[in-house]
Amino acid sequence: MITFSNIKKTYLKGTVLALDDVSLDINKGQLFGLIGPDGAGKTTLFRILTTLLLPDSGTAIVNGLDIITDYKKIRDSIGYMPGKFSLYQDLSVEENLHFFATIFNTTIEENYELIKDIYIQIEPFKNRRAGKLSGGMKQKLALCCALIHNPEILILDEPTTGVDAVSRKEFWEMLKRLKLKGLTILVSTPYMDEANLCDQIALIQNGKILSVDEPHKIVSNFDGKLYSVKSAKIFQLMTLLKSYPDLKSCFAFGDALHATFLETTNYEELAQNLLKKGFEDIEIKEITPSIEDCFIQLVNSNK
Amino acid sequence: MMEVDVIRTENLTKKFGNFIAANELTFNVKKGEIFGFLGANGAGKTTAMRMLCGLLEPSSGKGMVAGYDIYTQRDDIKKNIGYMSQKFSLYDDLTVRENIRFYGGIYGLSRKEIAAKTAELLTELQLEKEAKVLVSQLPLGWKQKLAFSIAIVHDPQIVFLDEPTGGVDPVTRRQFWDLIYHASARGVTIFVTTHYMDEAEYCNRVSIMVDGVIAALDSPANLKLKYGANNMDEVFYQLARNATRGE
Repeated sequence: MITFSNIKKTYLKGTVLALDDVSLDINKGQLFGLIGPDGAGKTTLFRILTTLLLPDSGTAIVNGLDIITDYKKIRDSIGYMPGKFSLYQDLSVEENLHFFATIFNTTIEENYELIKDIYIQIEPFKNRRAGKLSGGMKQKLALCCALIHNPEILILDEPTTGVDAVSRKEFWEMLKRLKLKGLTILVSTPYMDEANLCDQIALIQNGKILSVDEPHKIVSNFDGKLYSVKSAKIFQLMTLLKSYPDLKSCFAFGDALHATFLETTNYEELAQNLLKKGFEDIEIKEITPSIEDCFIQLVNSNK
Repeated sequence: MMEVDVIRTENLTKKFGNFIAANELTFNVKKGEIFGFLGANGAGKTTAMRMLCGLLEPSSGKGMVAGYDIYTQRDDIKKNIGYMSQKFSLYDDLTVRENIRFYGGIYGLSRKEIAAKTAELLTELQLEKEAKVLVSQLPLGWKQKLAFSIAIVHDPQIVFLDEPTGGVDPVTRRQFWDLIYHASARGVTIFVTTHYMDEAEYCNRVSIMVDGVIAALDSPANLKLKYGANNMDEVFYQLARNATRGE
């Protein structure tokens, strides 16, 4: 459905490297997640894909069409929701939707079925100006406007950034339902915990794709065994653990430390040692890595 | 050692017309504590924070911040707190050194103090080589670390951090929390909002606002116990899912 081959993009006369030889394949009907921090290159990648930006080199094919020569046709088949709210603030909810339907030569009625589930939630406010909507409602309207021309591919740039944990869950539910209607969905996010909600993910940092795979496969490719080391005195524990010669890596994860050690490490001994050092509540156990664990490991091994 | 409250509020309320943005908030924050201030979008966090920072006059209730009254001594509050958010932190078109000098000057530090602080900060953040670089040229993670250090350049009693780590990569996010812990160990009280629920675990105590009221306030361990949850994400979800207010 979407193929990126060796895409390179720089800004400021080549001084800032935004995308460094990026290649990607995204299959039809997938919910594909592009996961990485601010400045990783997520938005640049989406802008190239949506034909809003030209790459320095490399090729990209969307739905069999080339992003440079067939850009007009591509625009008809994609719905794009930018990271920044980009609807007309002084048009009403209904006027915005009507506007976007019209510029794609269609009508609200023609594709109403696709947006119905989402639109009915904001319909009571259809005469309200978009600028006066709450954050959650703005997002729903933006999604409706991106869908109203019945695109084959939906591209969402950080739809959940700055959104609270409850609304984030609801948004992902909406995406799942859209996927069932046959849409191919590309979504970017800085929240690593959202990775597991995707069929396939690409981890990206500093313009480089670190890994592309199904989330569970990325997890199973974690190098070595990961241990959770836990005590109420977590930061004292971290300081001490970092001086431990067998330690390979150690990062705080909520109320526990996630650490990897040399293969020869004796965990009984380690626990006894920490106990003697005053960590009476010490708890060490092997755990399954999260996507965030994998991301950190990949970033460090790429340095 | 006697525990001192650096923030103490009693029935603190802010109304905008008929809308009660913050409804009878009663809580305290102890000196040196890392206090997590969570809530769904639109729960009233920003309103509460603005009152505590001396930027917004409450409608009713009482409040003391850094020993000053939130009605009558708002200027004193501003001098004794630090503030940093993801959205506003540093001037992009000033260099690292200029930003430090600017904020030092704003907070009334002497030339000598500014010089000493600049040297100290640059060393601590390992930014000596970047002193003359424009802040716009720094990676986001460095910017956020610098912004935090500058927010406490005047040794405030409390620093308010409004989503300081949004969008920051996972490694830098953890380095940022190291800075927070060091500041807390020096006695600076940390008042922090975040959407990352794992960060809620790093706080000594957490309050969760829902629809203008504080729905829960306790240590992360106690909250998890009380709500039968494995992590703070579940606690938050249980409390906030029935919220009726949006942003």
